[in-house]
Amino acid sequence: MSLAKAVVARILTYVGIALATGFFALPLLWLLSAPFDDSPSYGVHWPSHLTLHNFAALGHNPYAFGSLVNSVLLGAGTMLLVVVVAALAAYALSRVRIPGRDALLYGLLLLSSVITGTAAMVPIFLLIFQLGLIDSRFGVVLVLSGGLLPAAIFLLKDFIDTIPRSYEESARVFGATPLQILRHIVVPVARPGLATIAVWTVVQVWGSFLTPFILLRDPDKQPAAVLVRTFYTEGGSPNLALISTFSLLYSIPVVLMYLFAWSRYGFRFHGGIKS
Amino acid sequence: MVTVEGLTKEFPGGVRALDGLNLSIMDGEFFALLGPSGCGKTTLLRTIAGLESPTSGAVRIGDRDVTPLAPGARNVAMVFQDYALFPHMTVRENIAYPLKIKRQPRGEREARAGEIGGQLGLAGLMPRRPAELSGGQQQRVALARAVACRPSVFLFDEPLSNLDARLRLEARTFLKRLQRELAVTTVFVTHDQAEALALADRIAVMDAGQIRQIGTAREVFRRPSTTFVANFIGSTPMNLLSGEVRGDGIAVAGGTVPRPDGLSDGEPVTVGIRPEYLPVLTSAQHGALSGEVSIVEHLGTSSLVTVEIDGELVAGTVAEGDEPDTGTRVWLRPVPGRVLIYRVGDGTLVS
Repeated sequence: MSLAKAVVARILTYVGIALATGFFALPLLWLLSAPFDDSPSYGVHWPSHLTLHNFAALGHNPYAFGSLVNSVLLGAGTMLLVVVVAALAAYALSRVRIPGRDALLYGLLLLSSVITGTAAMVPIFLLIFQLGLIDSRFGVVLVLSGGLLPAAIFLLKDFIDTIPRSYEESARVFGATPLQILRHIVVPVARPGLATIAVWTVVQVWGSFLTPFILLRDPDKQPAAVLVRTFYTEGGSPNLALISTFSLLYSIPVVLMYLFAWSRYGFRFHGGIKS
Repeated sequence: MVTVEGLTKEFPGGVRALDGLNLSIMDGEFFALLGPSGCGKTTLLRTIAGLESPTSGAVRIGDRDVTPLAPGARNVAMVFQDYALFPHMTVRENIAYPLKIKRQPRGEREARAGEIGGQLGLAGLMPRRPAELSGGQQQRVALARAVACRPSVFLFDEPLSNLDARLRLEARTFLKRLQRELAVTTVFVTHDQAEALALADRIAVMDAGQIRQIGTAREVFRRPSTTFVANFIGSTPMNLLSGEVRGDGIAVAGGTVPRPDGLSDGEPVTVGIRPEYLPVLTSAQHGALSGEVSIVEHLGTSSLVTVEIDGELVAGTVAEGDEPDTGTRVWLRPVPGRVLIYRVGDGTLVS
């Protein structure tokens, strides 16, 4: 192994890393530059005429702002349902001995990818139709929660498994009731895990297209991910100005939520005092 | 007073952790449950606490049968091996937690937490979280929390095992003084015989879900009632040698020890002598055991000398500075009155 060979190998490594970085950075750079360009294209370049006109144009779209509110509603609703149900289920599964518990968990996890998947859309549509929940946000929340819960329970159970039982036993000896133990001990100690699940749920819902697209009829109720589909010019080509501007606004809440949760709770997946 | 009557605990799968235990612990007593791991000592403690329900039998605290009661209704406080301090609460909140459960007003419980924390030398640490404390401090917080709920019984599960060796001695003295001051009945579990001997007023030595001997530290150390207890108690293992009753003595390892009553001629027995009561001599003595020095281990103020006698290894002690060289011939003469004779069949002490 000569020096020259080592240098060449090192150079090639950096070139590879640079190419990969560029590949992932380009869409982000486009998202940051195109909304401020008066005539955006698919290329990434510094806006020729810096303008906020695109934001004003988006304001004229009757559904743009409402769809972001809808996304927030769906995200918050699903997050609440998933976190509460997953916390209770994971706590029970972690602490109670049930025969075949692990098989149950893995089975659920396997099925969850089917439930919100394309394959099950027809039966799910029929089910929601029979329940009279077509065009209802609650119906969408239910279906999305159903799809996310198994993975959430699975992740949270692992988290709660790492919380020593002696915390709860100690509280029990002091006379705490099961609900007090959950409120005073388990939930606060599991908070980083719960925050992780909450953020993960919102991100999943924020980006989900198919379920709300199929179950919601009224354009007033459609979330942002579904609305983007309607941004075309009269000529039938994609309206890049609107799409890029809307995408930027669409991504900001998720980034803010992520930063908030991260600074507040940190994301970690173990409980207890480190020793 | 804590009384345990015919307590049996069988876990699913048929493991019998407790096997018809009877035990009574006096008021204000510091009581140790001692035994090797898996002997059922922790299960017994948890059953007294109410964290395990017995398969049969009863637990009484004072004149109250607490067997059907939930842990919180028994008025006991437990300190866990890992202390189980709540990581999201400060030291003050941890100590005040039992009072919060008892619905005492905030002002009162904070005052009491401060008072107890002060007593246990935690005054400057009250706003900290458990992760910011040393092991010894964490242990004192756990004790303070147990003291705060004014229980009628303390239950300690291996209270010293999470501390390093030097801190353990300090904490041991601290624990004993605290128990004396509070005079609350205390049951603690340990696998460390030295800890049990040092702390406890009385010790129950357990094995396989049963109690092998109950007695004061002195009794258990001086007269272990079975070869199991003899083997378990003492920092250096007791010599257990096979011997035979012959005439007016017992022949063992080439020497003779006095014979107690109640044995027939020619009966095989096990002779137990602690190394501490088996001084190593360099001149021949009548009735002494004799052999060649095989290993010398320094223990500080004395040395442990392992002597090979007819292929059997026997340990004796010698004062510091008098150690014989390996390979030399030495004599071991048991201290009178310190030789224990056990029956071979069931390993019980011949008194």
